Amino acid sequence: MEFKREQLAPGVFLTAIGTTKFKSATLSATFLTPLERKKAAVNAIVPYILRRGCGSWPTMEAVSTRLDELYGGVLESAVRKKGESQCLGLIGSFLDDAYTLDGERVLEPAAELLCQVLLEPAVEEGVFREEYVAGERENLLLAIRAQMNDKRQYAMARLVREMCGDEPYGVDRLGDEADAAAITARSAWRAYQDLLAHGVLELHYCGSAPVERVRAALEPLVERLAPLRGETAKLDCQVRENRAGQEPRTVVDHLDVTQGKLCLGFRTKGACIWREDYPALLVFTALYGGTATSKLFMNVREKLSLCYYASASTDSLKGICAVSSGVEFDRMDQAQSEILAQLEAVKAGDFTEQELQSAKQAVVNVYKSVPDSRSQLEQFCLTAAVSGVWEETPQETVRRVEGVTAQQVAAIAQGMELDTVYRLMGMEG
Amino acid sequence: MEEKRYERLGMDLFHGRLDNGLHVFVDKRPGYGKQFAFFATRYGGLDMRFKTERGWQDTPAGVAHFLEHKLFDTKDGNALQLMAANGADPNAFTSFGITGYFFQCTQGFEENLRTLLSFVSEPWFTPESVAKEQGIIGQEIAMGDDEAETEVFYDLLKCLYAHHPIRTHIAGTQASIAQITDQTLYTCHGAFYNPGNMVLTVVGDVDPQRVMDLAGEVVVGAGKGSPERDYGPAEPDGAVERETSRSMEVSAPLFQMGFKLPAPDRGQDRLRAQLLGDLAGDLLVGEASPLYNRLYGQGLVNRAFSCGYEDYPGCAFLALGGESRDPRAVRDAVLEECRRVAEEGFEPERFARCKKAAYGGMVSQLNSFENTAVELAQSYFDGVEYLTFPEVFQSITARDVQDFVARYLTAERHALAMITPKEAA
Repeated sequence: MEFKREQLAPGVFLTAIGTTKFKSATLSATFLTPLERKKAAVNAIVPYILRRGCGSWPTMEAVSTRLDELYGGVLESAVRKKGESQCLGLIGSFLDDAYTLDGERVLEPAAELLCQVLLEPAVEEGVFREEYVAGERENLLLAIRAQMNDKRQYAMARLVREMCGDEPYGVDRLGDEADAAAITARSAWRAYQDLLAHGVLELHYCGSAPVERVRAALEPLVERLAPLRGETAKLDCQVRENRAGQEPRTVVDHLDVTQGKLCLGFRTKGACIWREDYPALLVFTALYGGTATSKLFMNVREKLSLCYYASASTDSLKGICAVSSGVEFDRMDQAQSEILAQLEAVKAGDFTEQELQSAKQAVVNVYKSVPDSRSQLEQFCLTAAVSGVWEETPQETVRRVEGVTAQQVAAIAQGMELDTVYRLMGMEG
Repeated sequence: MEEKRYERLGMDLFHGRLDNGLHVFVDKRPGYGKQFAFFATRYGGLDMRFKTERGWQDTPAGVAHFLEHKLFDTKDGNALQLMAANGADPNAFTSFGITGYFFQCTQGFEENLRTLLSFVSEPWFTPESVAKEQGIIGQEIAMGDDEAETEVFYDLLKCLYAHHPIRTHIAGTQASIAQITDQTLYTCHGAFYNPGNMVLTVVGDVDPQRVMDLAGEVVVGAGKGSPERDYGPAEPDGAVERETSRSMEVSAPLFQMGFKLPAPDRGQDRLRAQLLGDLAGDLLVGEASPLYNRLYGQGLVNRAFSCGYEDYPGCAFLALGGESRDPRAVRDAVLEECRRVAEEGFEPERFARCKKAAYGGMVSQLNSFENTAVELAQSYFDGVEYLTFPEVFQSITARDVQDFVARYLTAERHALAMITPKEAA
């Protein structure tokens, strides 16, 4: 499987993956822009307003009806955070031409719909329609508040916010409630114009059509966008090697919950996707807390029954590793000591060849599976677009992971520095 | 093995049966690097009362799920770790009607398949390991108590049903799992984990005959067939409670509205009922429906809204829900739309478009190995040939859906469950 990547206009790129493996094709457009506290919410609303209606299909019902005509096509607004970039997109999924009932072509009308949704929003008085802005502002507020409903994710989000409060990374992908409440049709329109002029635009296709046909289908979009382009924003992600304070901080929240959550955030001493030791960072994460054979799973969950889950994940763009667990309130201290004790074990190289091999195989399995899933391919390409690391194909990652040694994993562990501890507790009394 | 080509879907399905009754399905997909295997038993959270050679057995809530956790223990260690160590990504789930064990891998497929088939077939429980698991599952149940989306769904089921076991949490309660012993687990394993009550489905670029041979080598138990189960006395047609509401730590009110439907029989009609139920939901409140768009425009629903048909042994229902500042207003609008459609039916054009979309959506779902493997297993248990769905779709008319709405989506059969945010102290 090959990524064909080309620049179609300044700051506008197409990545096309040709394959007949899937029964449907992905066609997406995503703007990338630096994550900024004051702009995050107003940017986040844009893909949702765009989905409400466009030129030929001016209402949401009309857009959805058009998608139904295209064999139940899907066009979803997506707001994501990759490192310190905010990714604002519309992700389409359409039945592949091979499976239509009468040999209809779907790619071209799908591209036309995407083009209109992106470039011909419903407008009144020179800005977005007030009705759509008001509705989506309310939805955005609800979505921001709804983040507390899933306590596992909520606890992790709180950890990141506390740990990176003075970095762009500490900004939530949807922005703050207060900024969302202040969005107007005018401010949203300005954010949209900024994205059109300065955002990096990543167009992504994965399906059976050859790249020439994809390029031709997207040509009207590119032609109309080109005159609007200004200077393209520069994407960056600052990797902070150590914690800011002398000692790790502990933050405690109280909510009316039955089970507590314990999250630990570490700095990786600079280990990240741009560095030579990136494969070792991946293997370390798997070995420490990424799999069912990991140190955390085997000891904190299986041996001590301290919690239902305890796992580690790493953001390799930011150089942060986080442990997430669900624990009874009165066993928090014990769980935290055990989580840290397991890290000490990895630092000391206290793991078997078998543990190392399973960690490596788990990482290899993940990367070998990427070409079998359209959504994983899309995400993989988005990470590459943000990091600029295109040479790191899934196959290349597999090759490098297979060469990781026990010493390299221990070295990664030795670099881990505890920055912030977050505890979600029940109500007192 | 028999090979069957589904031309319209571009799929080749291989099917075989071992002498002990185990059915094996292989969806061969050339060009893929990963493989997925799913080994399932027709035994889920609902199956608390069943008959063995020693008579009727009453078991506590949560045994099927408990058993799912404990089966990974083997005489020499733990199968989860064994498969993970061999590069696979293994897991399992327990639903109302089935328990399934699976792995996905890109290397060592045969070895992983051997492990999967053997640990599920060969139980190894001790009083100590059961006691330890009570701690872990107790935490899982505590975590579930905080998940409002799951809770509101169970609240709806309690409104719809008088005594069907679907009212009971699959994982049980702290009190019910405390009654589970190693003997309970052996009894349930003996009854339900026999090849005659199980199925193996595999998706990937594998040799179907090798899969069949391997299953024959490893799954050697005698097939006893499927035990008789008791889901309680017949249910009334209507919902038993109209409405329920309580508070939790949530940001906005959550709701689930449901319509109680007749319990489906096994067989191909079941697939038709599923497609018809989902189509009715799409037409009434799907993204392209006038009602959904009106409610969305009024800020009464948002993108978290969804609707789906679900069926389990002895029960079926249509459930719709999400977040809303005023769930009762949504309920009233849905009931009103059902009354209107029952009389006026659907426009032919909209019906045709919706059917086309539903067909495309189902074809797209076949991209997922996991989804395909689970659907193949579930439909085998239901007596359904899943991959015939394009033809079954063709047989459904607008009149069929209108009749369905008129008969079943009625005020009498509906209920509403809500979870509201806690008042600020």
